[in-house]
Amino acid sequence: MTLADLWVSFPLVVLVGGTLILMIGVSIVRTHKLALGLTLLTLVLSLAAHDLALENIPAGGYELFGLLNVSGVQVFFNALFLLGAIVTALFAYPYFNERLERCEEFYILLLTATAGAMVVAAATHFASFILGLEILSISLYAMIAYPRQSHQPLEAAAKYLVLSAVASSAILMGMALIYAASGTMAFAELTLSPESGERSYFLLGQALICVGIAFKLSLVPFHMWTPDVYQGAPAVVTGYVATVSKGAVIALLIRYVQATDVLSYDGVFYAVVFVAVASMIVGNLLALLQTNVKRLLAYSSIAHLGYLLIAVLVVNSARPELVMETILLYVAAYFMITLAAFGIVNLTSEHETEDNEQLEAYTGLFWRNPLLASILTAVALALAGIPLTVGFIAKFYVFAAGVEGAAWALIWALLIGSAIGVFYYLRLIYTMVKEVQPGATALPRIGTQSVVAVTVLGILIVVLGVYPTPMIDMIRSIVQASGF
Amino acid sequence: MTVLYLILFLLGAGLIACLVERVNVNAPRWISLVAFIIATIWTVGIWLGGVDPATGFYVAGELSWIPALGINVILKVDGLSLMLVGLTTLLGVIAVVSSWSEINVSRGFFQFNILWVMAGVVGVFCAYDLFLFFFFWEVMLIPMYFLIAIWGHEDRSYAAMKFFLFTQVSGLLMLVAIIGLVWLNYANTGVITFSYDELLNVELSDTVGSLLMLGFFIAFITKLPSVPVHTWLPDAHTQAPTAGSVILAGILLKTGGYGLIRFTVPLFEEASRDFAFVAMLLGVISILYGGYMAYSQSDFKRLVAYSSIAHMGFILVGVYAFNELGMQGAIVTMIAHGFSTAALFMMAGSLQERLHTREMGEMGGLWVKAPRMGAMTMFFVIASVGMPGLGNFIGEFLVLVGAFKVNVPLTVLATIGIVVAAVYGLSLMQRSFQGTPNPQVATMQDFGFREMSVYAIMIVALVWIGVYPQHVLDLAQPTLDALGIAL
Repeated sequence: MTLADLWVSFPLVVLVGGTLILMIGVSIVRTHKLALGLTLLTLVLSLAAHDLALENIPAGGYELFGLLNVSGVQVFFNALFLLGAIVTALFAYPYFNERLERCEEFYILLLTATAGAMVVAAATHFASFILGLEILSISLYAMIAYPRQSHQPLEAAAKYLVLSAVASSAILMGMALIYAASGTMAFAELTLSPESGERSYFLLGQALICVGIAFKLSLVPFHMWTPDVYQGAPAVVTGYVATVSKGAVIALLIRYVQATDVLSYDGVFYAVVFVAVASMIVGNLLALLQTNVKRLLAYSSIAHLGYLLIAVLVVNSARPELVMETILLYVAAYFMITLAAFGIVNLTSEHETEDNEQLEAYTGLFWRNPLLASILTAVALALAGIPLTVGFIAKFYVFAAGVEGAAWALIWALLIGSAIGVFYYLRLIYTMVKEVQPGATALPRIGTQSVVAVTVLGILIVVLGVYPTPMIDMIRSIVQASGF
Repeated sequence: MTVLYLILFLLGAGLIACLVERVNVNAPRWISLVAFIIATIWTVGIWLGGVDPATGFYVAGELSWIPALGINVILKVDGLSLMLVGLTTLLGVIAVVSSWSEINVSRGFFQFNILWVMAGVVGVFCAYDLFLFFFFWEVMLIPMYFLIAIWGHEDRSYAAMKFFLFTQVSGLLMLVAIIGLVWLNYANTGVITFSYDELLNVELSDTVGSLLMLGFFIAFITKLPSVPVHTWLPDAHTQAPTAGSVILAGILLKTGGYGLIRFTVPLFEEASRDFAFVAMLLGVISILYGGYMAYSQSDFKRLVAYSSIAHMGFILVGVYAFNELGMQGAIVTMIAHGFSTAALFMMAGSLQERLHTREMGEMGGLWVKAPRMGAMTMFFVIASVGMPGLGNFIGEFLVLVGAFKVNVPLTVLATIGIVVAAVYGLSLMQRSFQGTPNPQVATMQDFGFREMSVYAIMIVALVWIGVYPQHVLDLAQPTLDALGIAL
């Protein structure tokens, strides 16, 4: 292990070290505030350590132990995960402080899940892939079930546990088949030689891995768990599941696709096209039927992952730098919007035992709490991809990538999906501008730190929507530095 | 960057109006009124400043926005833009006055939305960068949605949703067409740019040109609106508050016509020429269908809404006649219709405020009770019918003359539309203001100074255009010359 190895892996080392310290600390003194403080400190230090790591990363990425490859793109994803974790920690504090006696372990799980996400995003080998994925998933089971005296979170966690384990075993089986066919587990070497007689093993293995990834990204037809888990989990955790865990798998997916060129097999390509189109259409159609905001956001996230798949699918027909830019920009925008959305669900329900998630609960929010309502309006418009918000810029990039890759069928699906989407996002906005019902309960007093976090996200959504140049320039320089 | 300042001024005034409501509930409408008056004077100032010989525009400015994608803030004002911006700011004044006493809930946010719609519209009329144009195109939607959804009448949720969906979806088609055009240019030249002037030179094959043209065309005729994508309009107009209807009919519809003239025709000249017959046919169908539907309405506002569809059909016919007369006629119709319809929607609003109904069956003989309102209605109905000496006549006459050179049967059918207009216009007049006075209407307050002064502005404008249209024609002429198409 060289010094450069250490510097590049330093963010992960800091994160894991911080987790250990927190674990020991919690077993000595149980103070919620201290746990939060240590968590935030660890996350911020890990974020800062990326600066050191970047200096040692050459173009094309730094190979770590033959298992991980860290390039500028990975650093970007890691930064998103860490920021997502920071926001989640800020939301979690008032939420759990109200409801639970012991909440310190939640932060340990948050840190391990983030570490898992970072490993998945940097994986270049089946071993690191499955290892990171399991660290992430197992932490998530416990996070979802964390309000353990309530019925719903436990049910959601059990559902997620069973289905996620099935997906993991599909991935493992796929890895075994591919190993049998190609004799290697490193992504870059996973090619099928033309004379090899193991073609069916190889393709079946790829199909199983695709199924597993589609499950983790909650793409149709592997989406069934999403609404139930989104609804059952506490809003704080839902936001984290929707962003960090999916972001990690997206980072992996794009690397896997680029390294193995799996989309050049027609069968795999058309299967993924089907999944993308089905996600866009089915996700949006089912979102129409929802009266529960969390379930609505679940279906909307299914559709959004479908939009994002367009960028992945044109990986061989559009310029690689445009594909990469689109994915990074979309993921960044999706993080902001989704975290803000669940942050508001969380904020409007802080003092109640159940989450405030029925659509009617938002009736007249515009007149009761203009600040939160304005932010939620920005979020809904951003999810619908309407200008003045960063969601439009992201959707614009997807359109551009689709046009450059001449993926017209996918663009039609995107158009139809967006049209359906406008309908239920507007319904959410309309609910907020309706007159307040007589006898509506006043909104609870709200924790300041969470309000600040949500407001910052709301401002980012609008400012980056109007003037996206800083973000685009940053992403472009990262993509170029990573050798695309 | 004068235009950018004008837009920012309106946006800023909107924010102030929204915030000042806490201090004084009546302050927002004053701020809004003053802002629109200043904006109108500002526009007149731009006009008086004359064309800058260096650029050929009244004002022009460029600012870097998203250089990575070749997107810039390019805002320029030529004669056509100037007229439409002037119409926008002036109708802003009228919209504010027309809803002076109508709005009782969240007045600050109401004025905020009016000012922001208008800012978006000014941007649409001046943008010379396709991304910027699309940006403004969508930006003006959201405040309009709020205007209908919050302050609209009984069925506002449905109407607001329908309005938003139609415009948004057709807008997405245009976005795909814009990106397609830009990437085609990129494939040819290796430069990504959204600049209108550069994209004018893209060489297009027949099929690609037609497909991209359709993307723009559908977006614009949805806004115009033309049959078969007109169905949002009667609902949106009927349910919107008075100021909303004034803005919708007076200005938002014109963005569709403007888009056709500025973008669809010059960017895709060949494809547009091939498509001209279909477009003119759609225009004629709109004229006849709009007129027929208008006649069968019993709701005052709905009747005026359908009449808008008919009048907008003339714009489609005029633009796609592909000659100077037709194009000029379309432009004059846009301006004149802006005033005449705004006035009729204001009248509908005033009647509803007084009678709490829009049903003409519950009116009748109102002239006796409110002679000034009757006279005003009479004037604008006659203007809208196309009485010589008033603006609408000039516009529709020029359109018909232009179209006559191209396609005689279609022109004859369009002319029948003017007869239909007289039928529904006069029936509107008879059913509401003449006939036996309805005993249920005991008294009705007539117009005061505030209303009459606004109507006076619109009367002057219509008579001016009707008697001496040369001003409008002269303003529009350089634009038509610069379109680069052989008219």
